[in-house]
Amino acid sequence: MEALSTPLFRMEGISKRYGGVHALRDASLAVEAGRIHAILGENGAGKSTLIKIIAGVTAADSGRMLLNESEVTFASPAQASRAGIACVFQELSLIPDLTVADNIFISDPPRRFGLIDRGKQRQMAEAVLARAGAGDIHPMAQVRDLPLSRRQLVEIAKALARDPRMLILDEATSALTQSDVTKVFDVLKRLRKEGLALLYISHRMQEIAELADICTVFRNGRNVATYEAGTKSDNEVVELMIGREYRHVFPPKPLPVPADRVPVLTVNDLSWSDRLRNISFSVQAGEVVGLGGLDGQGQRELLLALFGVLRGVAGELRIDGNKVAVKGPNDAKAPKIGMALIPEDRKTEGLMLPMSVRDNLSFAALQRISTAGMIDFAGERRLIAEMISLLAIRSSSNDQPVSALSGGNQQKVVIAKWLMVTPRIILLNDPTRGIDVGTKQELYKLLRRLAESGVAVVFYSTDYDELINCCNRVLVLFDGSVISELAGEGITDRALVASALSIGTNSAAKTREAR
Amino acid sequence: MESNDAQPAARPLLVLARWFDPSVAIAFGCIVMLLLLGSLYSPSFLSPEYLLQQLKVASFLGVIATGMMLVILLGQIDLSVPWVVALGGMMSSAIAGWGPVGEALAIPFGIGCGIGIGLLNGIGVAYLRIPSMIITLAMNAVVQGLMVLYTGGFSPQDSASAAMRFLATGFIIPNLPNSVLVWAAIGALTVFVLTRTTFGRAIYAIGNSERAAYLSGAPTQRVVMTTFAISGGLSAFAGVLLAGYASKAAQAMGDPYLLPAIAAVVLGGTSILGGRGTYLGTVAGVILITLLQSILSVMQIAEAGRQIIYGVVIIAMMLLYGRERSASNR
Amino acid sequence: MKDWRFLVREQRGTLIAVALFLVMFTIYVSYHPAGFTLNVVTTASNKGVLLAFVAMAQTLVVVTAGIDLSLGMIFVLTNCLASWLVAGSPLETAFGVVAVLAAGLVCGMINGLIVIYGRLQPIVTTIATGAIYFGIALLLRPVPGGEVNQDLADALTGKLFGRVPASLVVLLAVVVVIWIPFRRSLTGRAAYATGSSEAAAYMSGVPIRRARFVAYSLAGLLAGIGGLFLTFFTYSGEASAANGNTYTLYSIAAVVLGGVSLFGGVGSAIGAIFGAFVFRTIGDLLFVFDLEPLWQPLFQGMVLLLAVCLGAFRLLQIRNRLDYFG
Repeated sequence: MEALSTPLFRMEGISKRYGGVHALRDASLAVEAGRIHAILGENGAGKSTLIKIIAGVTAADSGRMLLNESEVTFASPAQASRAGIACVFQELSLIPDLTVADNIFISDPPRRFGLIDRGKQRQMAEAVLARAGAGDIHPMAQVRDLPLSRRQLVEIAKALARDPRMLILDEATSALTQSDVTKVFDVLKRLRKEGLALLYISHRMQEIAELADICTVFRNGRNVATYEAGTKSDNEVVELMIGREYRHVFPPKPLPVPADRVPVLTVNDLSWSDRLRNISFSVQAGEVVGLGGLDGQGQRELLLALFGVLRGVAGELRIDGNKVAVKGPNDAKAPKIGMALIPEDRKTEGLMLPMSVRDNLSFAALQRISTAGMIDFAGERRLIAEMISLLAIRSSSNDQPVSALSGGNQQKVVIAKWLMVTPRIILLNDPTRGIDVGTKQELYKLLRRLAESGVAVVFYSTDYDELINCCNRVLVLFDGSVISELAGEGITDRALVASALSIGTNSAAKTREAR
Repeated sequence: MESNDAQPAARPLLVLARWFDPSVAIAFGCIVMLLLLGSLYSPSFLSPEYLLQQLKVASFLGVIATGMMLVILLGQIDLSVPWVVALGGMMSSAIAGWGPVGEALAIPFGIGCGIGIGLLNGIGVAYLRIPSMIITLAMNAVVQGLMVLYTGGFSPQDSASAAMRFLATGFIIPNLPNSVLVWAAIGALTVFVLTRTTFGRAIYAIGNSERAAYLSGAPTQRVVMTTFAISGGLSAFAGVLLAGYASKAAQAMGDPYLLPAIAAVVLGGTSILGGRGTYLGTVAGVILITLLQSILSVMQIAEAGRQIIYGVVIIAMMLLYGRERSASNR
Repeated sequence: MKDWRFLVREQRGTLIAVALFLVMFTIYVSYHPAGFTLNVVTTASNKGVLLAFVAMAQTLVVVTAGIDLSLGMIFVLTNCLASWLVAGSPLETAFGVVAVLAAGLVCGMINGLIVIYGRLQPIVTTIATGAIYFGIALLLRPVPGGEVNQDLADALTGKLFGRVPASLVVLLAVVVVIWIPFRRSLTGRAAYATGSSEAAAYMSGVPIRRARFVAYSLAGLLAGIGGLFLTFFTYSGEASAANGNTYTLYSIAAVVLGGVSLFGGVGSAIGAIFGAFVFRTIGDLLFVFDLEPLWQPLFQGMVLLLAVCLGAFRLLQIRNRLDYFG
């Protein structure tokens, strides 16, 4: 192999916006054949968007991509696949009701007289499964019947079956057991020897250290550094990942809350499915408790479990020290419990988009402003006016559809709608995602005011700055358990990132092998 | 009602705009056009007698379309209409034969049977999460089976009670048929429920996003179940009226009402995907369909032509209005 | 040995339908006064194949997670058309058969085009197109009547070589010529993939639109074959709305009984055929047990209702209530 080979794949000046938010700004990347290229970055650094653009799932707003020095555009995943780029997605692309062999050769099966040759397909599936280190999976099994870790191996086999020149693995090992990871690594190393270009996205530093030849760090939608693997220490890498362009103006940090009172919310040994494991914590009135960690470690499920949305939750929930059972949002918002949830996706879960601002605002609190099911319009108007001025919601009329508002104002509507029921506990699921800076600051102030008025707040954020500046305490989740708790001055960038990545901090010696 | 609002002119305009979305305006425009076309054919089309007669015919469809509209607002559909209508007509006529007690109970019993079937539909949709199209279709078959068994496959001999006949054909106000009053009362109640009650708000919210409505703590399952019960009750009520109109119930008396009811709701601007639509639109749709039927029959276009025109009109209107939100076209 | 188990798992719904049919049919013939004779089988088969064709048609659409409520009307329309065209000299008859089948295909294609490119909901679309097809049927046959090439009709509804019910042979031929190639083609698998998970299918580069279009089109064709066969049985055409609605409804029942999931992606037309036979045998069983025929509609309705309620068991597996809302 030549020392200065031209890269197999190159992208330059790639930008992508979602609404007002830049997911990628002027990003570039060069991937060489025969090497494993790792991509690192915090939550929301733009890694997923980057992958989606390369794989043809979404299109970039600007910039160009070159494959073997000739410009390419992909309008669909199928096109990218034909060009020799295969992607193993984080959210699986397998079809549950088809067999493993059908899935592996979904787009280009072996054919005889124009029809799928199932016998040959099966033989080929066996071969490619073996190549992916999953020879024990039966090609005639239905994907629906396989556990998640097996499905991920099938996904890798499916990508290999296309005989790609470049293979992208997006968190492809997240659900695998340790022995499977070892197998997959052997496979990847062999593929590298065969001359494939491999793009590897992972949050697990140990894996990257073992596998990668070259690393690129993304931050705020830009590639900030590319270096040969092993030339930087873990600490330097963390530093690269968290360095920030600007800092928001936060309200003063909260004072510690005395811990001698009965907590408003107590959670004991909460478990659900295999996504939440023995979670215990409590929140005092006036306290803001943050949930940290990498995306998808069970934070969302925890909030949904508290709100009564999940079925089969084990463990105990106490309000003011009294044991309660919350069977759904209807229970949760009753005055006895007084819980509110600002959900993850305001467009589908928080708002009825085509409905008016007025209808959205008063919907959760309708019981409060109605007698015998009849709405008191005067009361409704009063309460809405109050909320609109409290949160400074900007809309030309309360009768216009809420979809016409800006993202920040929409999020204010979601929060105002829940403040109208005067909750004592507020659960927030990443409320500042996709919101402009000004509105963010208003929300931080609101959060502080609410806490000062005695509301207990549980606050999940993917932005570590917010956790550092808004929270009294932060629980860091990893794989469904709380792996460390940070408090007061102990909540720092470094501590958050280190414990989220589960690399050497005080109590966070937990690794996957421990399970 | 004058208020000291900051924009006194803008407020009623906005309210008007909310009521008069373009599809409702177009539906009313079509009504006017049909009447004008008809009057070219024969001047009696604009006579009060003809118009009242049309309103009377429309009232049966109007009652059914009211229930259908509520269900469609939820983003569901009720295909059990045909035999629930027949159920209402047959059961009320049957009870009416049982002496004075039967006479008194005829109407509530007929409606009650419809509510019962609607409730079963609602339980299937809300709690068992069976697609509404399937469960209501199956329920239609079950009710048909029950009625065939009950009647022996022939038109029942029971005749409607005096009260049923009075409700369908009598006059409390001179020249204004009672069935029109019934429809007006049901319509007024529906407008009240949709605009002034938590239940009405919940129907719209569920139709727009059941997920968001649920996460807002609305009792979504109960609302869905109740709405299907209302739809069943209204279909049966229409059956009661139809039985009163014809003096007795008949096999398959509800069959000609399913498609026009859906068409009326959709033509009135209610989104087939749920969450958007006004009762005024449904009224317009009902009148439009009735006039269309009347004109087609006056012009001696046979049933065949009517069916084809229905189908084409529904698809054309849906292509005009139904596309904007149909991101997931399941 | 292991392969065998996976095959059973994949075809579970179909196998259950076959087993159910065998049990019911055994009971039927053992109680039948004439017993297991060729005549009994031929009559049963002739009654079953009509629904079997429409149920096959419904399977194709349901597999893509759609539904076609116009199939019964296509069935009636092609019946009326056949009562005009499938008559006269052998050449004229052959032309008539081709024209009738083409009409069914075109009806299906229209459904597919509106649903896919008009992006309208299949339910309302097919209710509306169903009205149109029925209207055309009424234009063709305002009153029942017409004629059909009797030689052909008798040949296809009688016994082949005096031993095999000809209608069963035709059904088998349709399975071999239409269903199996569809099932084994890339497009057919795309239809399953689309119904199982449209998002995953898109990510995998599956031709979603083509799959749905072909499914709706072939469904129209199969309903047309059913309509043609109806003409062979009745020697005439009738634009009966009740008949159309009944076949639409029963096709859904047959599909559900045949182990085809209404949520898409699972099941086979073979299962639906046996589902149709099961559904027909219910009526026959009532007959041999001397129950009044009046019970039949109720009985069939209850079977349909129970079958659709069975789907509710999957709810027990859902652990996140937000999954209810899809």
